[in-house]
Amino acid sequence: MQTQRFAIQGASCQGCVRKIHQSLGALPGVDDVQVDLDTQLVTVTGNADSAAVQAALSRAGYASDTPPQEAPSSPASRDHEQQLAITGATCAACVRTIENALRHTPGVTRAQMNFADRTARVSGTADTQSLIDAVERAGYGASPVDDNDEDGAREQQEQQHYRQLLRHMWLGLGLGVPLMAWGLLGGDMMVRPGQTSQWAWLGIGLMTLAVLATAGRHFFVGAWKAFRNHNANMDTLIALGTGAAWVYSMAVVLIPTALPEAARHVYFEASAMIIGLINLGQALEVRARGKTSAAVKRLLDLGAKTARVVRDGPNQEKREEDIPVEQVQTDDILRVRPGEKIAVDGIVEEGESRLDESMLTGEPMPVRKAIGDTVSAGTLNEGGTLLYRATAVGKDTALSRIVALVKKAQGSKPPIGRLADHVSAVFVPAIMLIAVVAALAWFNLGPEPRITHMLISATTVLIIACPCALGLATPMSVMVGVGKAAEHGILIREGDALQTSSKLDTIVLDKTGTITEGKPALTEILCAEGQQEDTLLQLAASLESGSEHPLARAIVGAAEQREISPDRADNFQALNGKGVSATLNGKHYRLGNRRWLESEGITVSLNSDSLTERGATPLFLAEDNTLLGILGVADRIKEDSREAIARLKDQGLTVVMMTGDIQASADAIAKQVGVDQVMAEVLPEDKAKKVKSLQEEGRIVAMVGDGINDAPALAQADVGFAIGTGTDVAIESAAITLMGGSLHGVADAMAISAATVRNIKQNLFGAFIYNSLGVPVAAGALYPLTGSLLSPVIAGAAMSLSSVTVVSNANRLRLFNPQRGKS
Amino acid sequence: MTLLINLAGLLLMMGIVWWFWLSNSTGKSQAVSDQDTTIVVADGVYKPATLHARAGETLTLHFDRRDPSPCAEQVVFHGLDVSEFLETGSITTVTLNNPPAGEYRFTCQMQMYQGRLIVSPATAPRMKEET
Repeated sequence: MQTQRFAIQGASCQGCVRKIHQSLGALPGVDDVQVDLDTQLVTVTGNADSAAVQAALSRAGYASDTPPQEAPSSPASRDHEQQLAITGATCAACVRTIENALRHTPGVTRAQMNFADRTARVSGTADTQSLIDAVERAGYGASPVDDNDEDGAREQQEQQHYRQLLRHMWLGLGLGVPLMAWGLLGGDMMVRPGQTSQWAWLGIGLMTLAVLATAGRHFFVGAWKAFRNHNANMDTLIALGTGAAWVYSMAVVLIPTALPEAARHVYFEASAMIIGLINLGQALEVRARGKTSAAVKRLLDLGAKTARVVRDGPNQEKREEDIPVEQVQTDDILRVRPGEKIAVDGIVEEGESRLDESMLTGEPMPVRKAIGDTVSAGTLNEGGTLLYRATAVGKDTALSRIVALVKKAQGSKPPIGRLADHVSAVFVPAIMLIAVVAALAWFNLGPEPRITHMLISATTVLIIACPCALGLATPMSVMVGVGKAAEHGILIREGDALQTSSKLDTIVLDKTGTITEGKPALTEILCAEGQQEDTLLQLAASLESGSEHPLARAIVGAAEQREISPDRADNFQALNGKGVSATLNGKHYRLGNRRWLESEGITVSLNSDSLTERGATPLFLAEDNTLLGILGVADRIKEDSREAIARLKDQGLTVVMMTGDIQASADAIAKQVGVDQVMAEVLPEDKAKKVKSLQEEGRIVAMVGDGINDAPALAQADVGFAIGTGTDVAIESAAITLMGGSLHGVADAMAISAATVRNIKQNLFGAFIYNSLGVPVAAGALYPLTGSLLSPVIAGAAMSLSSVTVVSNANRLRLFNPQRGKS
Repeated sequence: MTLLINLAGLLLMMGIVWWFWLSNSTGKSQAVSDQDTTIVVADGVYKPATLHARAGETLTLHFDRRDPSPCAEQVVFHGLDVSEFLETGSITTVTLNNPPAGEYRFTCQMQMYQGRLIVSPATAPRMKEET
């Protein structure tokens, strides 16, 4: 037993319902039929064949162009849904065969084919390949429908809608412009009872009605449906405005004598022009809106379409084949060649290369990848060939998660937009009330012809008011701003963060991993006379190769980098808080702090102050009782930290560095990077308290940390920035996530936030000013000065341009460059 | 005549206030079961525009967008921090995880499409579907 749902059209009464019942009830397998006239949907329960149901609906005359939809009637609808493009299907019988083949595939809970566009939608847990195999066994061809096809279809739909709006515009303006020109050129717009012109106006009135019923149909239908739902929307205003102008004009034509002579003016041109202009405005808006989501589209375009999978052949030999990326499964081994994109997230199993990850992290330098490193879908392989094992596919890849996050954030709204929300919610009925008040005021207090003035003022008020501009002001800017941020590797989770970021005055930077690389590294070697750097490094690495201490790892790592192999040391000893000692080639070596070596009777003749001044830890190396040199190990400051901190200070922020290091080391780092304030010797658990204490001083504080260790402090801050190196970041842990590791990301994020909030303010100001000036002017506030009322046609033009202006202003954000301050 | 027009105007204003603000929607409302709630997005309205649910349940709503105008492209659940872009001509599923009891508006970006989601406390009796 299953439930299927079919869209219908043209069913408007109980007679239609009966006819549909009769047509479908006669089909085999139909247990129940429900017709919903409101939603124009037919729900069929039973095991009926979908093609047969469609055919029956078509015979009955109610088939819709909209493809049939699966009723999401069981929890299984939450299963993975796939779409396949089917080839070779030529008749309704083929549809049945294909559907049966799919339904009998293990894991399939529902399968339905749309004969019209030759696609099949399949729900369940079955993988794509088994579905394709099933269709092929049935004698047809199948291939997965990728997002590109869907994008193409969407673009086609948008284009279709755009063209329809333009057609409607021509219809409206085609009638409205000549009529208006006639009036402006001195033609008579008055109806003279009994003259031929009365008949001519009747003809024009009917033509206007035709325009309203075609080009303006969607306004009237929308208005009526909203009205029945106790709602009022933009359609209501347009329908009422144009409808009132037409009804009044028609009354003038049909019963002119019922009105005073001065009031026998017709306004057919206003109705037609308004319909034309508003359709034009909507067409322009469709175009402008397409650009606002360009950022997400660009992110989606990053994904590879195919992947080269390496599989075992029949004779255990390795076989490579290109498959659609949708078919890749976790643990598949994939090959990526130079110039190709990484198809899914994975771990490198073989090879070495450099990947351009700038599209995800915003970092321009390619990143070296070798065995064991993670790779992310959408990044570009620049150099060698890699074999990698898929660890996340489909919606689980970092790229997909980013797209989902960006889309979600684009729909959120900062508090600044909430006033507009409250106003929007009551806007249309309020405008209707104002229109009635204006009409009554003109009727009771205005000069003759009072009835004409009543009509013009009410119509113009209805038409000029633009709830769209108000409603669009915030979301459009947020959409573009969040998208812009994503292009720079900045993921903004919610609209609130956008607004708060623009108001921050203090920024707390965690030292380790934020200002510094987070990995201690050898920075300098001071040699005693007659000693070579490489020799010292080899000795130190030999001593430390048995130790797991971070300082030891830094030394061994530096030796590896210089391709120096350590020797085997004997009698290795690690002395806590002192250092290490071992025997090498019959000599006793020690590597440790100054105090220990001095206590062992070794004279420390070299000065290590230059190292400590730069925030490095000095390690003294001695052979027997002779000092050979000093190795400086430090957590290296990221190359661009200093420049980024300068940018933050330029933005008017107080920059605070927080670290668990001792004051002297912290001060040394602070001096190098130029922060304003240092909080040293802070225990990890006290970080949140420190942020709180800053907030208690009345500051608005941002915290920048690695997102995992600093989670409580990130949460305590007004805005938390999680800074990640590479794409392996907990993107859900902070209000703003920086995909790259550079602090410039923080400055960029703040610049984008400020620009977005500025843009929202401009939009809101424009929309509020437009409405609060436009409506009184339309009601006749300027009449005492100008002696005339605003034409409803001008109101229509202003209204249609107002929302386009808002969208276009939001689009300006796309040109914003947050890195202007970056050299 | 003057009196008549003024009276008509006043009645019209009262009618607007009553119909749009004071009276409850008599439009179709629907109880959200955990399986099957499809909301058609067409001609400026959500159908059904009023949804009833109980707290503590995950709600799965299927939006069937038939209006190609950009107005309809997004649905925003105010107060729940949930929004979703709707594809024209197909069904988009929106999942609400255990929304707390309360009344939430869901609208398009411009708030021209308007709907209400009423989540009653978990202990309240389940609402029967009404038409």
